[in-house]
Amino acid sequence: MSGVSGFELFLWVILPYLALATFVIGHIWRYRYDQFGWTSRSTQLQEKRWLKWGSPIFHYGTFAAIGGHVIGILIPESWTHAIGIPEVAYRWFSAGAGTLAAVLVIVGVVILAGRRLFVTRVRATTSPVDWLALILLAIVIVMGIAETVGVGLLGGGYDYRESVALWFRGLFVGNPDVRAIAHAPLIYQVHATAAWAVIAVWPFSRLVHAWSYPVWYLWRPFVVYRSRVAARPNEPGTSGRRWRKIGTPY
Amino acid sequence: MRIMAQVCMVMNIDKCIGCHTCTVTCKQTWTNRPGTEYVYFNNVETKPGLGYPARYEDQEQWKGGWELDRKGRLRLRGGSRLKRLATIFYNPDLPTIDDYHDPFTYDYASLITAPAGTKAPSVSARSALTGREMVPNWGTNWEDDLAGAPERALADPNIVAMAEKVKLDFESVFMFYLPRICEHCLNPSCVASCPSGAMYKREEDGIVLVDQDRCRGWRFCVSGCPYKKVYFNHRTGKAEKCTLCFPRIEAGLPTICSETCPGRLRYLGLVLYDADAVTAAAATPDPEDLYEAQLQVFLDPSDPAVAAEAERQGIAHDWIAAAKRSPAYALIVRHRVALPLHPEYRTMPMVWYVPPLSPVADVTATAGYDETSPDAIFATIDALRIPIEYLANLFTAGRIGPVRDALRRLAMVRTVMRANQLGQAPTVDPGDVGMTEADAEDLFRLLAIARYEDRYVVPPAHAENAGRLLAQHSLGGCSLDDEGGPGMGGAGPAGEAVPGFHLRGEEGADGQVTRRDDKGRVHLRVTETSLSPPGPQASGPSI
Repeated sequence: MSGVSGFELFLWVILPYLALATFVIGHIWRYRYDQFGWTSRSTQLQEKRWLKWGSPIFHYGTFAAIGGHVIGILIPESWTHAIGIPEVAYRWFSAGAGTLAAVLVIVGVVILAGRRLFVTRVRATTSPVDWLALILLAIVIVMGIAETVGVGLLGGGYDYRESVALWFRGLFVGNPDVRAIAHAPLIYQVHATAAWAVIAVWPFSRLVHAWSYPVWYLWRPFVVYRSRVAARPNEPGTSGRRWRKIGTPY
Repeated sequence: MRIMAQVCMVMNIDKCIGCHTCTVTCKQTWTNRPGTEYVYFNNVETKPGLGYPARYEDQEQWKGGWELDRKGRLRLRGGSRLKRLATIFYNPDLPTIDDYHDPFTYDYASLITAPAGTKAPSVSARSALTGREMVPNWGTNWEDDLAGAPERALADPNIVAMAEKVKLDFESVFMFYLPRICEHCLNPSCVASCPSGAMYKREEDGIVLVDQDRCRGWRFCVSGCPYKKVYFNHRTGKAEKCTLCFPRIEAGLPTICSETCPGRLRYLGLVLYDADAVTAAAATPDPEDLYEAQLQVFLDPSDPAVAAEAERQGIAHDWIAAAKRSPAYALIVRHRVALPLHPEYRTMPMVWYVPPLSPVADVTATAGYDETSPDAIFATIDALRIPIEYLANLFTAGRIGPVRDALRRLAMVRTVMRANQLGQAPTVDPGDVGMTEADAEDLFRLLAIARYEDRYVVPPAHAENAGRLLAQHSLGGCSLDDEGGPGMGGAGPAGEAVPGFHLRGEEGADGQVTRRDDKGRVHLRVTETSLSPPGPQASGPSI
């Protein structure tokens, strides 16, 4: 690929694929070997006054943001044109709905990060990988808000659907458009790179609880009966993460 | 009709001296780990009192258990499934750690390392959550023996529900202890609340457990249980609860709380019930009828038709035989002296209580009556509205009749046996309370002098198939033996089938079996109930 430096190649091709591979293999590994550690690791027992507001706002805001990314990044511009949505309408929808999602996410994450930082009981439960995931998420969120509010709503706007989206979709068909992302504004680049880092950290953090959203609960009988069966032993070399010795840090 | 067997516990509150030995042995067996400092699978509460966590019985506040909707169908008080999934990010009905207590410890090392001097070194409490100094101001035994009762105990939900204003003066107060474990309900609302399907009721013995590998920490079980006997391990992020010591039950041994109870007030036995009738019984419109409704669900194992049908449905012959000898069934159904705890939660609890006669007898004496006279006690039972009403709020959703009848039967046993002992003609007729003299003697044997093998009729689990499965894995061992687990370091050859359990040891002259593990530690002495026939020599109480 001409005009693309090795560093750019690493940042926009190798890193995404590494992150995706880590994401997939990491989840398979974690699911097989660490069912016991697979939990939302709630801290509501320790603190509920702030969580009451922070957690729902953050989660619903995040769903809105994810929905926005699906519309903006995964759906090609030609499709929205084809069904007759003019560019101006799309852009105002993107900026308006995006700003609403951004406000929810930022309010939620400020409350949640605040309680994690300043409520001693909650801070004491936070493991290093939690801090890492939190910092990466904070970068992604701040950059994402700068894009949506700073560029999309208040600034001149930037047609990411002609650049970032092409590169992103290209990753999944094996033909990423490196130049499109390499020439995008810096905040888009930082946003994307931090997002790949979150993807890579995901299987090793509490973020795995996202895949356990219990939709099945809607259909299952209320009272579950199970017959007594012998427990399978852990696979060799993986004693599992069981209850820890007294005094072991998180 | 679908017949199922349930291991059921009955506690005779009259005998509880509030020593907390059950709590201590339970804690040492199951919850002496980080993250479970505040967790008590078994605890002993002083009543009247707020309980643990504070005011857990107030379901207006905590929304535990079931309720009936407008069409009379059962639904979880905590809200519909859809509502739960929508509000999964924050559970409005979850107690915080302060409703239990901030678990604390002491920096004991500072006592040893204190410099030599004249002042005695002292330490202050440190929170196990944060490691910082703290001042304990509430806890599981904070109101032991009515400590602080004049200020706090009036907030007891069972007192709040009473029409009469209760005075907690020392002169007129009544008090008893209420040991509590998980109820292992027939209609468990914790299981129904768990969105992950990690909680389940075992088909064989009805024990309710949490699958630690499937729990995702959504916490609805904690708020769904009206007895607040599911706890959240704040270290592992998973729910944990009383296991009814299933490894011991499977081996035919009583739970550790029963085994170590100095008052010998606990009884364990099987109860057969019709699983198809549970939901309808739990939906009985009037809460006061729930006690009777639950009795109707139980099946009489002595009925040949029931026994034949149970055997046909796959319940093992020795289990049916054990159900016939069950002390729980005798106390609950035959003698009707045991009552369920808070049947109005509609969970069909399976840990029942013989209500305390002694506080009533005490009040009789205080009031100047002869507490040994049955007439005086009977009169007092009827006159003492406050304790009776209070007990009824605990055990029969407020209906006074069953409590009064149970107390009158207990008083009758005392009277009949006193007359027998003294060779006097009985002054009262047991028929007045629906008993025969033989019933009274049977109840006396059960309540006063029952031996180990009469109090605990627990048939060993039929683990033939499960045991074979396990033995194929040469790596297999006890799943509790993992690093840091409750069975850490315990002996137990890999793949050994369950019935042997920890019983293969040296048999002493008294028929008791002692086991030493490979580190030379002696395990609790237990009677080999599962291997030797009951007899006077082989069955001495083990404590």
